[in-house]
Formats: sequence, C-alpha cells, structure tokens
Amino acid sequence: MENRMKLEFLSKSANEGFARAAVAAFVSQLDPTLEELADIKTAVSEAVTNAIVHGYGHPDGIVTITCELLQTQVKIKITDCGQGIEDIALATQPLYTRSPDAERSGMGFTVMETFMDSMVVESTLGQGTIVTLTKEIGTIS
Amino acid sequence: MEIALTLNQRTLIVSLSGELDHHGAEQIRTLIERAITEKDVKNLIFDFSALSFMDSSGIGMIIGRYKLIKSIGGGVALVCTNPRMKKLVTMSGLSRLISVYSTVDQALSEVKGA
Repeated sequence: MENRMKLEFLSKSANEGFARAAVAAFVSQLDPTLEELADIKTAVSEAVTNAIVHGYGHPDGIVTITCELLQTQVKIKITDCGQGIEDIALATQPLYTRSPDAERSGMGFTVMETFMDSMVVESTLGQGTIVTLTKEIGTIS
Repeated sequence: MEIALTLNQRTLIVSLSGELDHHGAEQIRTLIERAITEKDVKNLIFDFSALSFMDSSGIGMIIGRYKLIKSIGGGVALVCTNPRMKKLVTMSGLSRLISVYSTVDQALSEVKGA
C-alpha cells in the first residue's frame, strides 16, 4: 500500500477534531486495530493543539498535515509557520509547558512519543515547527 | 461533545460524552466555574465513562478544577473505564492527586465521605 494526502486548515481550535478524524479516516486504509487508530488520533490531536496554541496563538495561521502510507508504516507530518521552539529538549520534557496559566498539562510531546513509534521535532525560531510521527501498523510494538 | 451537569447535594457531577480536546475543554471550564459559583458546589466528580476520546487537554482541565476545589476544601474524583484515558491519567501524575473509579456511585460515596 502506498498513498499520500495533504491537509491544510486554519489554526482554530474547532479544527482539532476535524484534523484527527481526517487522519484516522485516511490511515484506516491500512486496516489498523481500534487501539492503533486511537493512539494515532491522540498523537495527532496533541501535535495540532501545540501548533494552534503554541505555534500560532491566533486563529489566522495555517496548519498543514501530510500523511504517507508506505506498506505497513504511517508517517504523519504536522507543520506550522508560527513562532517556533527555542529549546526543543526543554519543550519535550514531561510536564514542561510554556503556558502554565492556560491549564496545559505539559504532556503533549510525551503523549506523542508514547503512543507512536517515533517522534522528530524540528523548529526554527520565528519560522515554525515540524513534528514528524511514525507508526507501524499491524505489528506488536 | 455533550456536557451534562447534575447536582447531588453539594457535589457537582460533570458527565461528558463524545470527544474531549483543547477546544471542548475551554467550554467545560466556563460551565463548571459558573456552576461552582452559583450553586455553592463543594465536591466535583468528572464522569468520563461515556467519553470516546480524550487528549492531554482533558488532564489540564481536570488539574485546573482540582486546584479550585481544593482551595475551598472539597474533593475531586474521576470516573473512567477507558484504558487509554487511564494511561493518560497515570502518565500525567493526575492519579496521584485524585482517585479514579469505575462508577459514579463509588465516586460519590468517596467524595461525600471525605
């Protein structure tokens, strides 16, 4: 199975549900288990929320998701052109949040790492952030 | 997401169904804060047994309300049976702050006895 899709939407919080549902529907072609699909939905929801809340912080930005299916692997890239992350090592630590007053739990990156097989974060200050998530479908990891 | 608020004496039960994310968490926060102020609420029970999805925004929302209820001397409990949500609750350390139950009745007897 080889397939690819690209999704663009405004950085409005109302689009969080749309984004994870769209990715889940696309990944369904690989016939994942309900658990695998729930893992992917949760990780995508975290990445999209980060892009909306921390990347932009306003509803006029564009969040882009590309999703590639290659045999049994799914690769999801969530991109924002927002303010970027100054210290990725610090930002990906469990319980770290840049917005302690906004009731963020600081668990977003930890959830992505735990529920997916791999997570790579690339960021440039003032230019934006790319989070790449991969997961093998149909294998016990 | 659907939200139902039920008052049992001074315990507010917040029952959610559907999907809880950052977008929905903002709505719930406002509703709960209003109910706590207007109804003289002391304890809070989050009933997530009918919730089909939650990300870490749900954890942040619970922690925020936990701080508020603790400041007025009340108790908070969570009703949750979904293994993935329970994993989030454990990972975040939330399970060290509040107890997780399988039914609302169990949670009610716990917070009222506290």
